[in-house]
Amino acid sequence: MSAAPIHIAGERLMLDPAGVLFWPAQKMLVVADLHLEKGSSFAARGHGLLPPYDTRETLLNLGNALRRYRPARLVALGDSFHDAAGHTRLAEQDAAALRHMLNGVAVTWVLGNHDPIAPASLPGEACDELREGPLVFRHQALPGKQPPGELSGHFHPKGSMPTRCGPVTRPCFMTDPRRVILPAFGAYTGGLAATDPALANLFPWGARLFLLGKERLFSLPMAPMRRLTTA
Amino acid sequence: MGTLPELFAGWFAARGWSPRPHQLALLAAARAGESALLVAPTGGGKTLAGFLPSLVELAERPRDGLHTLYISPLKALAVDIARNLMAPVTEMALPISIETRTGDTPANRRARQREAPPNLLLTTPESLTLLLSLPDAIRMFAGLAAVVVDEAHALAGTKRGDQLSLCLSRLQALAPGLRRVGLSATVAHPDALRAWLSPRGRPADVRLVIGRGGVAPRLDVMLPEGHLPWGGHMGLASAPEIYARLQQAKVSIVFVNTRAQAELIFQALWKLNDANLPIALHHGSLTVEQRRKVEAAMAEGRLRAVVATASLDLGIDWGAVDQVVQVGAPKGVSRLLQRVGRANHRMDEPSLAVLVPSNRFEVVECTAAVEAIAASELDGDPPRPGGLDVLAQHILACACHGPFAPDALYAEVTRSGAYAGLSRQDFDDVLRFVEDGGYALRAYDRFRKLFRDSEGLVHAANNRVVLQFRMNLGTIVETPMVKVRLRGGPMLGEVEEYFVGTLVAGDCFIFAGQLLRFDKLEAMTAVVSRGGEGEPRVPVYAGARMPLTTELAARVRGILHDPAKWSHLPPPVQEWLRLQQHFSALPPPDGLLVETFPRGPRWFMVAYCFEGRLAHQTLGMLVTKRMEKLGMAPLGYLATDYVLATWSAFEPTGVERLFEQDILGEELEEWIAESSMLRRTFRNIATIAGLLEKNQPGQEKSGRTMTMNADLIYDVLRKHEPDHVLLRATRQEAAHGLTDVARIARLLGRAEGRVQHLALDRASPLAVPALIEQGREWVAGGAEDALLAEAAALVEEATGGTELFSELLAEVTEGVSLGPPARDRSRPKVLESRRRRRA
Repeated sequence: MSAAPIHIAGERLMLDPAGVLFWPAQKMLVVADLHLEKGSSFAARGHGLLPPYDTRETLLNLGNALRRYRPARLVALGDSFHDAAGHTRLAEQDAAALRHMLNGVAVTWVLGNHDPIAPASLPGEACDELREGPLVFRHQALPGKQPPGELSGHFHPKGSMPTRCGPVTRPCFMTDPRRVILPAFGAYTGGLAATDPALANLFPWGARLFLLGKERLFSLPMAPMRRLTTA
Repeated sequence: MGTLPELFAGWFAARGWSPRPHQLALLAAARAGESALLVAPTGGGKTLAGFLPSLVELAERPRDGLHTLYISPLKALAVDIARNLMAPVTEMALPISIETRTGDTPANRRARQREAPPNLLLTTPESLTLLLSLPDAIRMFAGLAAVVVDEAHALAGTKRGDQLSLCLSRLQALAPGLRRVGLSATVAHPDALRAWLSPRGRPADVRLVIGRGGVAPRLDVMLPEGHLPWGGHMGLASAPEIYARLQQAKVSIVFVNTRAQAELIFQALWKLNDANLPIALHHGSLTVEQRRKVEAAMAEGRLRAVVATASLDLGIDWGAVDQVVQVGAPKGVSRLLQRVGRANHRMDEPSLAVLVPSNRFEVVECTAAVEAIAASELDGDPPRPGGLDVLAQHILACACHGPFAPDALYAEVTRSGAYAGLSRQDFDDVLRFVEDGGYALRAYDRFRKLFRDSEGLVHAANNRVVLQFRMNLGTIVETPMVKVRLRGGPMLGEVEEYFVGTLVAGDCFIFAGQLLRFDKLEAMTAVVSRGGEGEPRVPVYAGARMPLTTELAARVRGILHDPAKWSHLPPPVQEWLRLQQHFSALPPPDGLLVETFPRGPRWFMVAYCFEGRLAHQTLGMLVTKRMEKLGMAPLGYLATDYVLATWSAFEPTGVERLFEQDILGEELEEWIAESSMLRRTFRNIATIAGLLEKNQPGQEKSGRTMTMNADLIYDVLRKHEPDHVLLRATRQEAAHGLTDVARIARLLGRAEGRVQHLALDRASPLAVPALIEQGREWVAGGAEDALLAEAAALVEEATGGTELFSELLAEVTEGVSLGPPARDRSRPKVLESRRRRRA
């Protein structure tokens, strides 16, 4: 696994093919949109009894990233649980695994639209927005001109790269010199195309996409799109 | 043999008809209380034969309530048949009520039908499923005397057929005296179809009635003037000859194999249409209204020809059609016969058909098909056992109807033809899946869909379960489609979302017989206008391209191998085969011919397997894996219906090792699990089984969202519970159809010890068609990442590493209008649901 460095607001950030971001200067690992307990959320609302293994799978992947970077801090950029009651549905085994992997890590739960209240049963602080040095961490990117240094999630960006065998689509980081939008980390999270106006309009000067691969990222420039007038 | 009551005999006589032997035979079977399967070519009063016993019974003993249920795979057919039945009923003044019930039936009439059902109800498998899930099904069906299944051959062995088979068992339980009547085209396995129709899964329960075959059809093979193409499947070179045949006939159906081919042939014919013949287009992606219009025009004799896909394989008889043209390879004898049978339904005159092969191999295939028809040798597989996904939906339907005992339901289900071999273990696993997901991790007890009471009866947990069952009912899962609308005009039809994703504004394409320019995408609709410039594209659809059948492939091999049989082939094809004989060898009827030769910097290997495209695709993966192991550095492969071609960096030697039986080992399992075909299969199975929703009350989910979720779920489930019943169902289905593993095994068996390897210095004549074929597979196994790496490197190279968004560029351009982006064909435009995440 090789991570790719980018520079935003003078800070060096590492984009990891697993879909996490590492800030070496602060020993901080950033992850977006875990959507834990999405399976049980669907089941509870009667939308199909999906396999209940998504939390386990997501935590397995998170544990791997934590072991690799050994961060002092972990920031989850919101929608960590698929709904506000999600953390109460964690299986005992999964909750224990989560507590164990967060042991000795300072955790910040940035709140998202899916999980507007803090997961009381878990360690860590909750906030709507976190500022650290020149960087700001929030769930959803603010539209319009913002000072450089915003890290966010929410949109689950995915990019398509044309290849000689047709386009290949993968979750991706979406960046420009001002902001990074992280791919969703959860096992049951789908994606929104980077070219969708909701995302493309946040990057008026174009963007660079880093598609997630097994061992590395694949970088792809995206030309600026004119604001779509209708939908 | 039965005899007709006087009233009916008089009616036949008044029309100048006499009852056909098979009509009387069905009457006799009904009087004996027996079920029956009528196998007969199209025409000859097959449908009337199915209804005649019911009409006679009701004429003799008029009564209220439902007497006969008629099931058709096509809504439109049910409506047409109902109309046609009105003739005898009105003319004989019979006290019989006839109605249809489909998804289009208005709610008030549906309600009335439940209160006071007609004597004859004509419907589809889906509507029947819904009726049976209602609490008052018992009252409605208790008096049912007969059920008529039309086009039984087209239903048996499909998921809709599985569903119907289960419904028939249900009906039999509600009305034990029920007799079943199947109407079928001529099939290769009548006994398997009898078993499928039988109330106990046994052929002996169903009397077989064979309709007298009409006069044998007259088939010609027609070649284009001038050069006979080496490759291609569209048959456009033959357009002038096809047009000439249309001018000579009164009414023709021009059958093609794909929707894209339909569009192209339609265009080509209109370009030549100096005489302004009314020629129409008919395929499954056009709007229903448009298709009905074409069908009506056809029925009224206002058309000279219609270019059609399988969308017209079944349907109401049009007496006026006097010629069928099949463009492209027939692929199977039974299918060809069905198509040919759409011409000239009078049994005393031969059907006329012209086969138009589009390349040299297809000439041989057409000749083989003509031979097979002359020898009355049909093909096609017997119906496969019923799918577990459809069973899951049925179990839920039963629970929606009312509480059931698992033991009794298992007994009922295994009485159906499609599920006669179902194990109790599979049944219990499916039941558990419907109840609470059936996962080893019992997480969903609180959210279960079914619960068991103290007596062990199974109930639907709540009304929401019932409502959602109704929203998701059915076994047809569509690929995500996008509607096509003419700017300021009507809807034209649908194309696959994937295709629209590759269009940018201004691109033109051919659809619904018109040249269209893509303007924009608006709320899941592609807005287009007429006209456009540049090379138009043609939408392609993932639909099932039928692979060459085993039987027809065997005949093709037989012809190729034996020069004595070449006399029926046109001179250019004979010459081609002679050249092959001279430069290489002819593929043997048994054994396997493999050629290797260098071409450019690569080595090619062509294996003449003749097992159909699907089998070759799977085989290609297995063979290239083995090549990799042996250090031949395979680069890619291609599968046609006839051959498998691979290319590699190094010369393949000792090729026998590539076709050993043990290539069907673990690698196969692994590849199958990873392949996109299996993902698609899983998506369909998960939707039919009720894991994924088709529709949510009050909220339409876009097809794309579903696709994505299905893939994620598939990966998670495979990792954490690989033996889950839905994964078992997916593997089972893949083994039966998609990957054609059985045919590969047969081929490898045939090849064992009989691989004939010829190392040539250049491509052989027979190899040429494969070398110019489109649609190649690249070697799998981390291939996607390799492709991404290659593409990413290319992008860097092309842009010279310039960062589009470098700090500098941003500063310079800030506040400056950039105008519309440069048109960039390579930029993917991925379509997405515009619905924002729960905002």
